[in-house]
Formats: sequence, structure tokens, C-alpha cells
Amino acid sequence: MTSQRQFTTALIDPGRPVPQGLVSPRGTPDAKRFAVYRNNVHVSLVEAVAARFPVTRQLVGEEFFTGMARVYVGENKPQSPVMLHYGDSFPDFVAGFPPASTVPYLADVARLEAAWSDAYNAADHATLQVAELGAVPPQLLAEVILQLAPPTRFLRSRFPVGTIWSAHQARPVVIPAVKGGECVLLTRPAADVRVTVIPSADLAFLEFVQQGKSLSEAAEAVLTSFPDFDPGAALVGLAGLGAFAVSQAGASK
Amino acid sequence: MSFDRLPARPGLGLKPQHYAQIIADKPELGFFEVHAENYMGEGGPPHRYLGAICEHYPLSLHGVGLSIGGQNALDQEHLQRLRRLVDQYRPESFSEHLAWSSHDEGYFNDLLPVPYTSETLHRVANHVDQVQQVLGRRMLLENPSTYVLFAESTIDEVDFLDAIVRRTGCGLLLDVNNVMVSAVNHRLDPHAYIDRFPIEHVGEIHLAGYDETTDEAGERLLIDAHGSRVRPDVFALYRHTIARTGALPTLIEWDNNVPGFDVLMDEVRLVDDVLAGTAEQRLAS
Repeated sequence: MTSQRQFTTALIDPGRPVPQGLVSPRGTPDAKRFAVYRNNVHVSLVEAVAARFPVTRQLVGEEFFTGMARVYVGENKPQSPVMLHYGDSFPDFVAGFPPASTVPYLADVARLEAAWSDAYNAADHATLQVAELGAVPPQLLAEVILQLAPPTRFLRSRFPVGTIWSAHQARPVVIPAVKGGECVLLTRPAADVRVTVIPSADLAFLEFVQQGKSLSEAAEAVLTSFPDFDPGAALVGLAGLGAFAVSQAGASK
Repeated sequence: MSFDRLPARPGLGLKPQHYAQIIADKPELGFFEVHAENYMGEGGPPHRYLGAICEHYPLSLHGVGLSIGGQNALDQEHLQRLRRLVDQYRPESFSEHLAWSSHDEGYFNDLLPVPYTSETLHRVANHVDQVQQVLGRRMLLENPSTYVLFAESTIDEVDFLDAIVRRTGCGLLLDVNNVMVSAVNHRLDPHAYIDRFPIEHVGEIHLAGYDETTDEAGERLLIDAHGSRVRPDVFALYRHTIARTGALPTLIEWDNNVPGFDVLMDEVRLVDDVLAGTAEQRLAS
């Protein structure tokens, strides 16, 4: 009897022989036949990673990317039949993959792409409109605790990853000459995911809101590091991008 | 719009790159089929588009990850995800594979083969029972494409499927390309397979393109690739099938190197001609 354990052990280790009991119509083991399964698994998983990280792939080219993804796939099998989350750990893998170190921003671009697909598949939820904020009496606004909309993701990078990513959304790819780090916000204000480079202070503000701080607490916390921070402008700007959810708590206050 | 079943017409697999065109053009098609696992995200554009497309077309929900042929117990969490999708979209058909894809190490994203013995028959029948119970509906079980045989198998594949149907009351999804792939790979007669198949239980047909290589003995080995047009010999086998079954809902599967929508519609017209031919024959007789 050929157990599924024997099958999978040979499936993930090409060095192993064909499991006993698997035969061709001639009644003998046939490595090329079993290799079809190995190849299907490997190729389909590499393709799943490639589909989620298209800009990362463009940055290093197909051959390099496939080689890197093959190593990743060899070490990381999906833990669920829902493949939408496969590759969550790929950005960290890229960061620790020595041959990729010549492209120092690669892992952060991969982080942005992982966040993009998370935002794309996140739950539908009404986003807080700027007009709704305007309707809150100013004396109460300070105490409001906002929640982030389910698709809202953000990341901080030492590299201009928002600019690099955006440049790859058009053809031909023209990367503007930018230097320095960028903070990137991903939202889904209406139908589709929106990627926006935001000021570092705005990202800090979002982090404090995410921790459950009220608007005044979050603003004060940001102002200690960014004295020029304008909480009102940031709030309107971020709400306009669809960063916040309509929450019962906020509405009732 | 609500439909009570898939119509006996051609259908296509729904691909994200075609969402907008389908909504704009409303092509003449019997139904769309989606892989259930691609719609297990919580929200966003995939659900918005699928919802809009379901307004105009019957839906076939086709699972690829339930691992019905697995030695382990069914993944109850996954079964509940399927149930939520079924409740949300009320598809006209739900189908899954006679195969396994998960084991302790994880999910392999491929349909792996099952030996045909009284033990596996019992296990698969139990799993199909569970699926039908949780989903509250009859499912279709699809015949596999395989590249190896199990020395331990004691039951013929058609007999195995027939026994599952009798034990569980499920229906069958007859993948004609899989029949050709397995028949060539295992030196069997594909027409004889179709002629023995319990056609009265077939709720849907799948067609796809195969690739070709050779095994260690240098003999033809077909690969179920879903990346090209339906090959002429599979189309001939499809005509043979339809002559026996009458018109049935027929899906063109094209999952890799997906072409433009017009190429898919060319394939649809070929299927339409076969199905229309059956209708004419019936009128004439």
C-alpha cells in the first residue's frame, strides 16, 4: 500500500525514488510519470507567488525571480487551500535571501505587494467620509476613537517604494529620480485599491489611531516627534483616501 | 436573477482579467464557473464582480482544495468556508474532485491520485456524504486525470465512481479531457470508458487542452495542462459523449496562459455546434 505520507515525502524531495506501489501500465515504477506531480506542485506554487508579487518579479527579471521563488516554495508549503494568503512570509524571505541583497529595496517592494493583495481581498466596509467628520461638533471630535477600514494597510520604507511600485503600473516603466524613504498607504476608498505616498507624520498618526488612541491623544503623540504636524489636515487627507471605517463608537459620540 | 440548474449550454471559467469585459458585453453563454478557493477572501473586487456576473448568469462553484480523497479527515474549516460561499451565491452546481491535495505538510495545490480499493471507496463515500450534509445539497464528483497507477487498486475507476454515486446519491462531473489523458497514459480505450460511464448521473462536462510528453519508456504521456485549445481527439470524444448523453452543460477550462476573451468564445462556438447538433437530431427523430 502506498500511503499519502510516502507520496508527499517523495513529492517534496526530488532526491527520493518513486514511492513503492506507484506504477506505469507496464507495472513498473516510472520516475518521469511521478515527476509530473512534483512539477505540477512546484510550478503552480511558484506561479502563485509570481502572481502576488509581479513588480518584485519585474525588478529582478523572470529567471532570478523563479529561482528565488523555487527556494521559497521548497521551504514553505501553503498551510491552507485558500491560496490568497500564500506568500505572506515571502517579503521576509526576500530580505534574508543573500543573492537578492544587490537590490536592497526588493523586500520592501514585496511588502507593498503583499499589502496590496491583502487590501484587495479585505472585507467590504463603508469608509468614513470627510463630511461625516465635519458633522461632529469640534469639542467632541478630540475624543473620537476611529477605526481603520478593513483594507487599510501602511508601511514605512528606507527606500522610495511607493514611487518604484507606481512606476511599474504603466508601460513603459520610467522610474523617476527619487531618493530617500517613503511611507505608503493602501486604501480601498471605492471599488479599487489605492496606493498613496503619505508624510511620515501621517503614518505615525495612523499607527496611534490603530492602537486605539483618541484623535487628540494620537495628535499629541505625533506632535512630540513632528512639531509641524497639522492634525486637522492629516485627518481630512487620510479620511479622503478612505483610511477610516464608519464605526458605531465614532458615530455615537 | 435565479436559475434552477446549469443550462445544457457552453460555459466558461471566470477570470479576473475578463471581469470588466463580461459585465460590459454580456456574452452569450450558458453559465460561468469559478474555483471556490479564489472567492474565499473576505471582500473586495472579486466578490463585487462575481455578484454582478451572477445577476446575469447561472454559476457553477467548483472546489479544488477540499481533498475529498485525502486519508485525513476533511478540513471542517474549509467545508464551512464552502458553505458560506454556497449560502452567499446560491450556485446552480457545486463540484469537487476525486483527488487529494492536503496532507500533514500542508496544501500542495495539485490534484493527487487515489488508489481504488474498498477502503478508499468507503472513505471517499464518507467524505462526499459529509460535504453534501454540510452544504445541504447534492454535489458532483469529477473523474481525475492521472499519471501513475496504484499497484494496490482493485476497482476500476468507472466502477469506483459508480459505487460512490450509489452510496451517496451524488452526481458526476465528466471531464472528457481527463478521460483522454488517463486513457492514453494508462493504455486504455477512452471510448470504452465513456461507454461504460454512468451517464444518467452526469450533471456537467469539462473540456480542456492537454500537453504531451513521454514517460521513461518513451511512450506518450499526456498532461492535463488547461493552457490551450481543446485538442481535436478530445473534441471527437466529446461528440461521442454528447451523442450518448444528449446536451449537457459543458465548460471550457483554460486556467494557464489565459487568452483573450474572443479566443475563449471561439471554443464556446465549437461546443455550441455540438450541442445544437444534438438538439437537431432529437427534433429529427
